[in-house]
Amino acid sequence: MEINKDLIAASSTPIVLAILAEEDSYGYAILMRVRELSKGQMEWTDGMLYPVLHRLERLGHVTARWENSETGRKRKYYRITTAGKAQLAEEQRQWQAVNATLKGIWSSLSITLAPIAAPHAAFTLEAA
Amino acid sequence: MATPHNAPDRALEDQIDQWRSYLRRRQAIQSVDVAELEDHLREQIDTLSSAGLSTDEAFLVAVKRIGDLNALSREFAREHSDRLWKQLVDAPADAGDAPARSRTDAAVAIGLAVAAGVAVKAPALFGLPMTDGNESFYVRHASLFVLPMLTGYFVWKRKIAAGTLRWLGAAFVAALVFANVYPLAPMGALQMLTALHLPIALWLAVGVAYAAERWNQVAGRMDFIRFSGELFIYYALIAFGGGVFTGFLLMLFKIIGIDAEPFVQTWLIPCGAAGAVVVASWLVEAKQSVIENMAPVLTRLFTPLFATLLVAFLATLLFTGRGINMERDMLLAFDGLLVIVLGLLLYAISARDPRAPAGPFDVMQVVLVVSALLADAVALWAIGARISEYGFSPNRVAVLGMNIILLVNLAWSAVVYIRFLRGQGPFAVLERWQTNYLPVYSVWATVVVIVFPVVFGFR
Repeated sequence: MEINKDLIAASSTPIVLAILAEEDSYGYAILMRVRELSKGQMEWTDGMLYPVLHRLERLGHVTARWENSETGRKRKYYRITTAGKAQLAEEQRQWQAVNATLKGIWSSLSITLAPIAAPHAAFTLEAA
Repeated sequence: MATPHNAPDRALEDQIDQWRSYLRRRQAIQSVDVAELEDHLREQIDTLSSAGLSTDEAFLVAVKRIGDLNALSREFAREHSDRLWKQLVDAPADAGDAPARSRTDAAVAIGLAVAAGVAVKAPALFGLPMTDGNESFYVRHASLFVLPMLTGYFVWKRKIAAGTLRWLGAAFVAALVFANVYPLAPMGALQMLTALHLPIALWLAVGVAYAAERWNQVAGRMDFIRFSGELFIYYALIAFGGGVFTGFLLMLFKIIGIDAEPFVQTWLIPCGAAGAVVVASWLVEAKQSVIENMAPVLTRLFTPLFATLLVAFLATLLFTGRGINMERDMLLAFDGLLVIVLGLLLYAISARDPRAPAGPFDVMQVVLVVSALLADAVALWAIGARISEYGFSPNRVAVLGMNIILLVNLAWSAVVYIRFLRGQGPFAVLERWQTNYLPVYSVWATVVVIVFPVVFGFR
């Protein structure tokens, strides 16, 4: 599924911070984790993750260090900071609010949407 | 699992090399980022090839997944907007030994700059303080305080061979001898001429050290011309900053009732001026590939202005038929004019791709050179009739000699340039002419230093 760019950009911060809150990681592994967690729904362009990581680093949400990986290559690992954890909590609060609002909208308003998967079978969301 | 790094795959390594150098050309993506992205690319390739793809296919897929490099570069630029302003002093913490090398460079340069400052003050230890009565000594030796340090910097940096080193040493020893051996009147005309021409003569030694083994090549000497122009600009900027600094220093101590003037006169300005030459040279060297050269930019700005000025001058002269009121000392001003025109020509050449076809700017250059030649011819004609009745003082001969040297250079440049405009010769001829002409200035300056006192009887 194609997710629009703005949504990807907006959600990248909480997603990356959450993954790093689990454990320290590096670019490629973070992408793999995103793919796994979203069951393939979130398709990021690989390269675009790095400017995001650098932004988080600049804001002090993560710190970076170069280490030798098990393959012998130099690899840049990222670790979430205390400020990053606070930011993650904040993001979580905001996204839950957005999520709750949207859930309410999908269920309480009577609107007709264009079909998503089946072009000929229009369906209606009735009030619960 | 296929592990390409255990058994390096030549073709794959080549492809990655290519991809890396392509990425490096992006200004916003620095080499640390390239390293990070490369690690990503390699891991992706490993994963894909262990899933059964050939390394070729794996490479293509991995590159595709990294995404469009233009978009990526834009994203990096947005996150790192500072990188679009090339930073000089704060050298990027790149991989490899580059930072260590540039630190050593800086240390050596600053050490030599301090040495130049110490050299300026050293004579004071031997009973020659920088006070009235000793001006003659300091004026004669001004270039010898600085240029050996500057040459030393390039000798160290370029690892100059012992043979060349002996010649350079001999040049400076000779300069020291001729600055002192003649019994010239203190602060007289001949002594001032020596003081002015010694640095021009020695600048060739700096050039030989700067270009090192490339001095025999047009490109090597051209680099030295570029270096000289940038050095001049950096020095002017540092001098401006130094002036502001001095102003504040004087002001701050004045408000607490201390007169800092003597310190400024005998320490700050002489030592600062000497050391700044080495520091400016080091900056030019360090930034040459990082920042756009300034001299060609100024050339672009001022070539049309000077061309217009000279054409307007000649046209007014021609149509109004005004007489020329040429004071005999004005020839010096025309020397200055020719130097500026030569500078404009040189720095236009230095930044020009010799393979590019002739364009409007080339026409402008020719107009500039030809009109400068005409203006100078008018000046020479106006003064020529009377030069014998004024008599040949050392100053006048020196000024006239410089004028003729510049005139010859520009006249032949004009011929070569016009041939190029008419498609009768390559642009490289002009480049070769200018770089071959470099020693002429130094030879003339050497003649002024060595021969003039003898000819004019040590006045």
